[in-house]
Amino acid sequence: MSLPGTNSTPMIRTVDLQKTYVLGEENIVRALRGVDFQVAQGSYVAIMGPSGSGKSTILNLLGCLDRPSDGQYFLGTEDVSQMDDNQLSEVRGRRIGFIFQSYNLIAQLTVLENIQVPLVYQGVDLRDYEERCVDLAKLVGLGDRLDHRPSQLSGGQQQRVAVARSLVNDPLIILADEPTGNLDSKTGTEVLDLIDRLNGDGKTIILVTHDDKVARRAHRVIHMKDGRIDREVVNRELTPR
Amino acid sequence: MLRFQFVSTVRLGIKSLMLHKLRAMLTMLGIIFGVCSVIAMLAIGEGASYEAQERIKKLGSNNVIVNSYKPAEDNQQNSGNRGMQIDYGLTYQDASRLQATIPGVKRVLPMRIIRENVRFSRNEVPCQVIGTLPFYPTVVGVDQVRGRFLCHLDERHQNNVCVITTGLAQRLFPYQDPLQHAVKISEFYYRVVGIIRETGTADQRPQTGQMEGEPIDNNVYIPLSTSRTRFGEVLIRRSAGSFQAEKVELHRVTVQMETLEAVETADPQIKLVLDRFHDRKDYEVIVPLELLRQAQETKRMFNIVLGSIAAISLLVGGIGIMNIMLATVTERTREIGVRRALGAKKRDIVTQFLVETVVLSIGGGLIGVTVGLIVPVIVSHLTAMKTIVTVWSVFVAFGISGAVGIVFGIYPARAAANLDPIEALRHE
Repeated sequence: MSLPGTNSTPMIRTVDLQKTYVLGEENIVRALRGVDFQVAQGSYVAIMGPSGSGKSTILNLLGCLDRPSDGQYFLGTEDVSQMDDNQLSEVRGRRIGFIFQSYNLIAQLTVLENIQVPLVYQGVDLRDYEERCVDLAKLVGLGDRLDHRPSQLSGGQQQRVAVARSLVNDPLIILADEPTGNLDSKTGTEVLDLIDRLNGDGKTIILVTHDDKVARRAHRVIHMKDGRIDREVVNRELTPR
Repeated sequence: MLRFQFVSTVRLGIKSLMLHKLRAMLTMLGIIFGVCSVIAMLAIGEGASYEAQERIKKLGSNNVIVNSYKPAEDNQQNSGNRGMQIDYGLTYQDASRLQATIPGVKRVLPMRIIRENVRFSRNEVPCQVIGTLPFYPTVVGVDQVRGRFLCHLDERHQNNVCVITTGLAQRLFPYQDPLQHAVKISEFYYRVVGIIRETGTADQRPQTGQMEGEPIDNNVYIPLSTSRTRFGEVLIRRSAGSFQAEKVELHRVTVQMETLEAVETADPQIKLVLDRFHDRKDYEVIVPLELLRQAQETKRMFNIVLGSIAAISLLVGGIGIMNIMLATVTERTREIGVRRALGAKKRDIVTQFLVETVVLSIGGGLIGVTVGLIVPVIVSHLTAMKTIVTVWSVFVAFGISGAVGIVFGIYPARAAANLDPIEALRHE
């Protein structure tokens, strides 16, 4: 019997993933020193670790925002580690949903338009997807604020818009980088509940956090240290169905 | 699908610009002034050169004009030795020689031009009394307003008849119908048989390069034979105690050529023929076609100068746009990062910023065109200068403004697209 959370086809598989930043002739930072791990479809993984442990780097690599210096990264069945910039953009647009610490909504767009942004780059007719976007806004409890600007929303509401936006392209995985970092505990809990619900609906979620309380909601917690996986904790109470 | 994306990109660009309306307006100013100045300056220049060219055209592009002129002072003493009489200029013989020898000549029109006062009742107007032949209207552009022109019988019988210009008619006959009235020129009376409007102004002296100023429109036309008998060949001019006598047979000979090609070669040939019988340079040859060319050349130079000024102002406008767009890119780094993370390719970011720049420059171009169309109207209203807005100048100015947007938009747009998404996301 395999470990909980790794029991089905791996959605993400990394093989000896390395990332080296050359900042100067003498100054070479090895942010990742060989990371091997797998994430199964539908699982909920939290990545923890002190600053400088490489957790941001691995999130950037998993999010296809960057290419590894060495090693391989399979997203679904595709090796994305060798893709060029255009292909990576394509993968980001179609397969990955991002939730950022600072929401990163576009200020001049309304709630509805912000949710639509990933679709714009898929070259689809937005009118065909309007209903879906409205449904997503309702899902995150903002069905009555479609015409509001981000500046007219509270932090929690903005983050919920970001959640809706991350779902609009029906991604394979959702990457959340400290999603509650800028929120008070009450609204933070609301957002985390929302993420739990997404996971309950079968979305694969990878979440980076400092907060133990946040990490406790995940099936697995991966602790990073010095560019390597230090240890992995499986939360047996929350194994997926 | 693509079209939809384009429309939404343009809409997004406009929306982003509208966030900073004042900034967008100020950015557009450079382009507005550039485009406006191109159109307005070209319209004024075009108007000015049109007027100049029209005047030259009136001289007749098929014509070559040979004028008599008084030779320089030092020659007078040698040749004009017979008392005070100065003998110079074209002769009747010259006219018939030109008719006979120059290839491609259609007609040779001799003219005697004498300055005299013309009187009717109490009105007295200084004007040119032009003795000429009946076919004058076929050589020089003339509108017959009323009555008739001189005819062969007038010429043969040396009739005392005259045709006056509209300008003179207004001054001499403010309240009467001039036809069949007699005007007095020096000692004699001449019956007015017709009124014409000069489309070719006979006494323009375009060789001096002065195209501006009111054309002298006080002309009286009488038969050449009448002019000869009534005024004689020797004209005496009294001024301040001294008097001067000139013997001039013809003041002007207009040679009408068959074709434009013949005009090209006529100038040296005429000089060749005349030089044999004129030991002094007492005539000048004016080729209106040549003047027209010069005027066109001047216009071309003018256009180049205006074009350079306009190009510089558009360049400055373009740099202004680029500057603002670079600032915008810095300001919106975060947004660029987000868009990249959400699937935007480099190309999408380039398009987004390029569209904004082009919207700015085209918007500026449109406003500039509008202002540029209004300015010439105001100018011609205030200064009575003719202005002509040419269609091509509008298109060129507008086209250049669009091109400026693309050229100066590419660098900021590429700078935006080449941002590292991770860095951009981290940007505060």
